[in-house]
Amino acid sequence: MKRIVVLGCGTGGTLVANRLRQRFDRHAARITVVDQDDVHVYQPGLLFVPFGLALAEDIVRPRRRQLHAGIDVAISAIDRVDVDGNVVHLSNGESLDYDVLVVATGAVLVPEETEGLLGTGWLQNVFTFYNLEGAQALGDRLAQFEGGRLVVNVVDMPIKCPVAPLEFCFLADWYFRERGIRDQVDITYATPLDGAFTKPAASHALAGLLEEKGIELVTEFNAGEYDEAARTITSYDGRVVPFDVAVVIPLHGGAPYVGRSEHLGDELNFVPTDNRTLQSQVRPNIFVIGDAANVPASKAGSVTHFEGETVVDNIERFLDGADLDASYDGHANCFIETGFHKALLIDFNYDTEPLPGHFPGPLGVPLMKESRLNHLGKLMFQWFYWHVLLPGRDVPGLGSAMPHAGKKQGART
Amino acid sequence: MTTTSIAGHTVDVNDEGFFVDPNQWTEDMVPALARAEGIDDLSEQHWQVIRFMRSQYQEKGTGPTVRVLGKTSGVTVKELYTLFPKGPAKVAAKIAGIPKPRGCI
Repeated sequence: MKRIVVLGCGTGGTLVANRLRQRFDRHAARITVVDQDDVHVYQPGLLFVPFGLALAEDIVRPRRRQLHAGIDVAISAIDRVDVDGNVVHLSNGESLDYDVLVVATGAVLVPEETEGLLGTGWLQNVFTFYNLEGAQALGDRLAQFEGGRLVVNVVDMPIKCPVAPLEFCFLADWYFRERGIRDQVDITYATPLDGAFTKPAASHALAGLLEEKGIELVTEFNAGEYDEAARTITSYDGRVVPFDVAVVIPLHGGAPYVGRSEHLGDELNFVPTDNRTLQSQVRPNIFVIGDAANVPASKAGSVTHFEGETVVDNIERFLDGADLDASYDGHANCFIETGFHKALLIDFNYDTEPLPGHFPGPLGVPLMKESRLNHLGKLMFQWFYWHVLLPGRDVPGLGSAMPHAGKKQGART
Repeated sequence: MTTTSIAGHTVDVNDEGFFVDPNQWTEDMVPALARAEGIDDLSEQHWQVIRFMRSQYQEKGTGPTVRVLGKTSGVTVKELYTLFPKGPAKVAAKIAGIPKPRGCI
């Protein structure tokens, strides 16, 4: 019997464990999933918490309950992986031997790497909505906010869901309009990128939306220091952005145990991974899914979802001694909330920029264009996440590879 | 892509001024490339970063980002900005004759 150990029971770990259980007979493989707690947060929901559009209890469920029968669970932090001994050492003193290891421990926030960020203003006038505690505290602060400077700052890439900070700006504009105080609030988006977004075509469309909504865009801003008493952010090149409330997306890194495991991670604790096969470049029996990998795709749930099929196929091929399938194409698909019950959708992969048209085919929902239908899509996605994506069910007509039908090739926006 | 002359050598650069073929780069081009970026006096630290960019590119196929440079080059991010005020990763990559680091995705 083969032993497969999955580290992490978030989006990637859950869907891979469930798909592996469907693929392998219980006599063929024992599957064990490790996580440090039993709290699964629906991360796309965090964006809505500060605006009172979602409650914490709406977006949290137990991790174990998302797993199919016949999957073992170990609740413990991970101390380190011995990649030569094929064994995982847990912080509770136990160890797990493996034939195949799946790293699915995602990305963590490292606010301590930015000078002054965890100062006296943290959770007072400086917040992040990238975890539950921060999103709730920010919600309380925004409810009391009567006017002033709201700055949304991405410290540096890579971050989870690169569109979320922009969505936060759009929703903040809507929120303050609804409260009738939008004219009392300056909203600024300060990003290290040279435009609103990482992909040029989408960046252009999103910069237009920022301008339309009166949100100031500050580009190539590499935050070097937070001074929370003076309420300023200073970039490494000496520019100063003042704020009354700052919403910061801190630096990200891989899970700390990756750094403690010799040869497993890179400088930022992400695992070097083949872009197409999702096999690690560390050892052939280690595979990686989701934010934990260093692949040049967005760190987003949709990427993790589309990677699942390739990871499971390749684990089976590896155990059979067959050649791996290099089929993951970098497909990402993001609904971008723009406020006022509307959203737009972008769809792209390693080689194709986001294009206008319709998804997943000519009769689908509009791409790169605001619509109410896309907003409904974003809301319905939460149901889809718990009931289709995590259980590892296939959806007819929606494969992992990026669809070309319905897209206007060569179109410019 | 355009062709340009640097310190007497003919090289191919892209729209943003990055080398198309890093093999066309030689060390004697560095002072001229640096001057084009507004750096007239090259210190030993400048050279340390430029050589580090080259070796990282040869090893990994891409230049490091500012954050990774700060963690691995032996020069802190603050010092990097003093050396290359217009953006360390981009400017040092340009002077080192390697493509723009593809950290921002």
